[in-house]
Amino acid sequence: MSNDATLAAAPLSIALVGNPNCGKTALFNRLTGSRQKVANYAGVTVERKEGRFLAPSGRPVRVLDLPGAYSLQPTSADEAITRDVCLGRHAVEKTPDLLVCVADATNLRLHLRFVLELMAVGRPMLLALNMSDAAARRGIVIDREKLARELGIPIVSTVAVQRNGVRELVARIDAEPPAPPAPPPANLHAEVRRLLADCVRMPRHTAAIDDALDRLVLHPVWGLAILGVLMFAMFQAVFTGARPFMDGIGSVMQGLGDWLGAILPAGPLRSLVQDGIVAGAGTVITFLPQILLLFLFILVLEESGYLPRAAFLLDRLMVGAGLTGRSFIPLLSSFACAVPGIMATRTISDRRDRLATILVAPLMTCSARLPVYTLLIAAFVAERKVWGVLSLQGLVLFGLYAAGIVSALAVSFGMKLWRHRRGREVEEHALLLELPSYRVPHVYDVAIGLWERAWIFLRRVGTVILSLTVVLWLLSSFPAPPPGFAGPAIDYSFAGRIGHALQHLFAPIGFNWQICVALIPGLAAREVAVSSLATVYALSAPAEEAANQLQPLIAAQWPLATALSLLAWYVYAPQCLSTLAVIRRETNSVRTVAVAAGYLFGLAYLASLITYQIASALA
Amino acid sequence: MCQLIDLPRDTDATIREVVARSANDPIAVRLAELGFVQGEPVRVVAKGPVGGDPLLVQIGYTRFALRRAEAARVVVQAAAA
Repeated sequence: MSNDATLAAAPLSIALVGNPNCGKTALFNRLTGSRQKVANYAGVTVERKEGRFLAPSGRPVRVLDLPGAYSLQPTSADEAITRDVCLGRHAVEKTPDLLVCVADATNLRLHLRFVLELMAVGRPMLLALNMSDAAARRGIVIDREKLARELGIPIVSTVAVQRNGVRELVARIDAEPPAPPAPPPANLHAEVRRLLADCVRMPRHTAAIDDALDRLVLHPVWGLAILGVLMFAMFQAVFTGARPFMDGIGSVMQGLGDWLGAILPAGPLRSLVQDGIVAGAGTVITFLPQILLLFLFILVLEESGYLPRAAFLLDRLMVGAGLTGRSFIPLLSSFACAVPGIMATRTISDRRDRLATILVAPLMTCSARLPVYTLLIAAFVAERKVWGVLSLQGLVLFGLYAAGIVSALAVSFGMKLWRHRRGREVEEHALLLELPSYRVPHVYDVAIGLWERAWIFLRRVGTVILSLTVVLWLLSSFPAPPPGFAGPAIDYSFAGRIGHALQHLFAPIGFNWQICVALIPGLAAREVAVSSLATVYALSAPAEEAANQLQPLIAAQWPLATALSLLAWYVYAPQCLSTLAVIRRETNSVRTVAVAAGYLFGLAYLASLITYQIASALA
Repeated sequence: MCQLIDLPRDTDATIREVVARSANDPIAVRLAELGFVQGEPVRVVAKGPVGGDPLLVQIGYTRFALRRAEAARVVVQAAAA
């Protein structure tokens, strides 16, 4: 027998496994706190969540949060991972020492079946009855001792959302590992019914509050109205609420740039630091408030259990357009930034639905387009009121958002027709979406979720934008113009020459050479276009003032048709290499990236062409 | 006896069987795993705003949104009035 000291040092590896909506993630958060690592399982785009905690005996415990699964017969890549790890079949992942089955105590009729299925695997396991506080409140009485005897595995109660809610679980994990259970009888559903009849008393089928809320939220008229109001409130809050934070960060970045400018000697290094690094990093960080605010809304809606209701209301419309109700959440997230939005498509199990959602996600008007829209609208759209109430500028902005959404539906509909034409629509797409009980969102879990998304944004988008901004700074600064060169310095550089060359290509859509040059740095990220334009027009003002000074300049110099054409361009153009990079990652296919970039640039050119030609003709 | 898609709202019924569409119908298998088995109480709680699609079905103690095509596999027996 190994001595206690060695045992205490050797880490125990456990895996959390259970149905979707059993509160596994909250339990994982409660056990591991911020000591989590999120990555991918090797070779697939399935999220791998691992965390650590120290048991009371001093023993380190490694926790793997397996994807939720309804059974060991997988219908998605997620569920396949869970099956492989539980059965010890995974090529890379070691079989866990202990399986912690997590079940929703208020819905054992569904959750217990999977527990029985897992018992057939014959590994040490215990059962955590989660949400036991909700069960008690509903008058559900579970005879735990009797159930533990009948099942042959230890049972603990947990309340993942309470600080002390996992003490019993931690103590049981720390104790001697249980013996593997005997396999269950063949007819699992019959066995579940027998166990429930013997050990559980359930007064009601569902919580009264779920019934009442769903009657309203899923009402054909009121339900859609509530959804509309929620979306409107969300966008309003994001537009106005984030502004002070964004301005604050903008000033800090400006101050940083000035301070570095003061202490560094004049020359390429100072330019690189100020115009390259600080400007690049500053761009990314300035968007964080807007993105976080949007994600806060989405997380609260998700934690409360509302989002599957939205998917229910919108499913028919989305299926008609070639998507699925499950596309709603990724597409909604893409209004903040397409990068986490496209990553969120992992919840869509159907491969074709997922691909369609990924391909249209860039059409959702992301935060980065706003500075461009704001500049052009302020310069070219009069500050009038329509019907005495609505601002014309606001209407145009809303129109641009609507154009993105309508285009997305049209594109996915086109893909659906194309699939039908090629005879590929053989297999059925399934919805089979569980609508869980409503819950009050928990601050702790929302905070952790927000932190994860912020980190993803900063790391993924930040590295791409930062490195690209530096590269493009190089292109825009070298070769430097000889002394006595009249005109903006950028004109002489590589970027300038490329821009001038592009002018032939872009003349039919009304882009002048300044716009063409500014599009080059704008490849890093859409919002960089504003500061690039400022550079091209040889403005040496700091970022926010650049927009103010640019506005009258372009209002005076550009024809209206050009401005409208540029707006149309920005609705479609995939000028965001971070998005293309994440598409590559999520689909493991360069071909998909090429298709996405190709069709989006094609649409952008077409839209700009039509807009410019019509606007010029009408002028 | 009728199909789940023809069951009126808020009418209690029990499951008779799940009919597979093809030899290896993964949707029928998944429905069975989710509790659509003989004798289980079932009820249509809500219908989608457009064309009554999808259906919100209460099976046992859980609620699932099923498209009409999925629900069409399920045969139920309405409880006596």
